[in-house]
Amino acid sequence: MSSLVLAADSHGFLSPTGVEVAFLLVGLVTFGAAIVTVTTKQLVHAALWLVVALGGLAVEYLLLTAEFIAWVQVLIYVGSVVVLLLFGLMLTRAPIGRSPDADSGNRWAALTVALASAAALVWVVADAFRTTWIDVDRAQGSTAVTGSILFRHWVLPFEALSVLLLAALVGAIVLSRKNDGAAAADGKGGH
Amino acid sequence: MHLVYPAVLSSLLFCTGLYGVLARRNAILVLMSVELMLNAVNLNLVAFDVWLRDTLHAGQALTLFVIAVAAAEIGIGLAIVLAVYRGRGTSDIDKLRDAAEPRDPHDDPYDPSDTAAVADAADATDEKAEATA
Repeated sequence: MSSLVLAADSHGFLSPTGVEVAFLLVGLVTFGAAIVTVTTKQLVHAALWLVVALGGLAVEYLLLTAEFIAWVQVLIYVGSVVVLLLFGLMLTRAPIGRSPDADSGNRWAALTVALASAAALVWVVADAFRTTWIDVDRAQGSTAVTGSILFRHWVLPFEALSVLLLAALVGAIVLSRKNDGAAAADGKGGH
Repeated sequence: MHLVYPAVLSSLLFCTGLYGVLARRNAILVLMSVELMLNAVNLNLVAFDVWLRDTLHAGQALTLFVIAVAAAEIGIGLAIVLAVYRGRGTSDIDKLRDAAEPRDPHDDPYDPSDTAAVADAADATDEKAEATA
């Protein structure tokens, strides 16, 4: 631990490395896209800005040498979650143009809460880790290492997770299928 | 790289998601904000895993699990939103107020002495069951 602190002393904030500059720039883009996602009045644009934010996070994972996580992020989030969200927007007949009631009436209270928690979190985190240095020269999350660790030490949670995914799949099908036939057979249709 | 950069970015993203969850009315936009919060947590996990050089790679394994759980959550959440939309014709969470406290204390739907109110309450629970079924 003391060697880490010593290493951090030799790295000032005023002479950033190339990785830090890249991280900062991509982080700004990610944060801006996230802000637009939660504030825009056009629902479909919110989903598309979410793609930018999640893709930026994938680049951040690459900069942190977590290569496998980055590609999983691109595959799962950008590839499927955003598509699911767009399908959800279409199926609930979301308006294409600006919808003035996208924000609730308590948005000022929400803004207060968010700014207060952001100030508290950033203050605490910056105070706690301002001298901590990450060594990103050695890759920590290459695909080979992640695969062998996942199937050697984390096999049981992995299998439990596949059961969870199966349950979620079945649950989503049960929730979203139209049960008009069953309701008519029970004789209490009309909903 | 300083650990401050990913940690501060993840706190800011988390608070952005928090604002979205509290301020948005459309249920699907709320789900998007939840995704932002989960991603902020993922960034934190990856950064600390790289910092601590965990030999078990617990941070990255947990990140993968969080991503999978988030995918399951978004599937179930969208199915619920679609069921509510089919039942009510809206996915505006400000209008889904069945569990709200009654405004008038004399109009308590769960007062057992008021038979009409009891019927109303039964109706309301029926509607809710149908909307989520």
